[in-house]
Amino acid sequence: MPLNREILGRKYPAPATYEVGREQLRSFAMAIGDSNRAYVDPAAARALGHRDIIAPPTFLTVLAFRFAGSGPLADPELGLDYSLVVHGEQHFELHRAVVAGDILTAIDVVEQIRDVGRNELMTVVTEVTAGGEPVATIRSTLVSRGSAAPKQV
Amino acid sequence: MAATLSYDNVEVGSVLPAQSFPLTRATLVAYAGASGDHNVIHWNERVARSVGLPDVVAHGMLTMAEAGRVVTDWVGDPGAVLSYGVRFSRPVVVPDDDRGATVDVAGVVEDKQGDGRVVVALTCTVGGSKVLMAAKVVVRLA
Repeated sequence: MPLNREILGRKYPAPATYEVGREQLRSFAMAIGDSNRAYVDPAAARALGHRDIIAPPTFLTVLAFRFAGSGPLADPELGLDYSLVVHGEQHFELHRAVVAGDILTAIDVVEQIRDVGRNELMTVVTEVTAGGEPVATIRSTLVSRGSAAPKQV
Repeated sequence: MAATLSYDNVEVGSVLPAQSFPLTRATLVAYAGASGDHNVIHWNERVARSVGLPDVVAHGMLTMAEAGRVVTDWVGDPGAVLSYGVRFSRPVVVPDDDRGATVDVAGVVEDKQGDGRVVVALTCTVGGSKVLMAAKVVVRLA
């Protein structure tokens, strides 16, 4: 079944804010095996000009999982079969570093759904802000394998 | 090296120190916990095979995080990263043994855009096959 393109442009605000904690940044850095001091040691981060320890560049991926239940992929009107999904592309535009203590607000918008052969590619844009100021713009493209409508021959 | 890195002494074609990152099942479990991505294909062989994968595969976002370290280790301050994008071209299969998979990452300065902005193109392979395409990081150097 092809994805329902009527949801293009629909907005999915996260139902809660996301508080960035120090221990969480440390455990994410540890999980990716990254020993950069800016992720663990507030003094080292301050020496680089940051208010507190900062997040690795891909950290904001956690938002997609924290708020998965209210995002577009969970919208029954989309008609997505998650077992067909693979991750196609990912892009982070970081307007500033994410810092421990940030209270983030996220909103998803379905930007594009298009056919590529028998697959469909769906791009979701997440705008992340803190106190109304832009923090990041995230573009995630998922591949829905084999769900494209059959073509006329 | 990080101490002397500046926009003026970086040139298009400058090569970043390459790195290799081992990924084992333990790495995937730790990443699942830290990221919140508990998708079963990243830890359960039976389910991975049932959806047509050869074995358990790494989270694409874990591979992306590892590859980015070639840039953040080079720059020193990870806060210098302005943007980072990749296309996932093939899954990283992580067998259930002591070796797992090794992600090899190389980086080269592709462009200087003024205002301190430097574009680094990354090459990310496993066993010689590219697992990321169009992997680019833009950083701001002093």
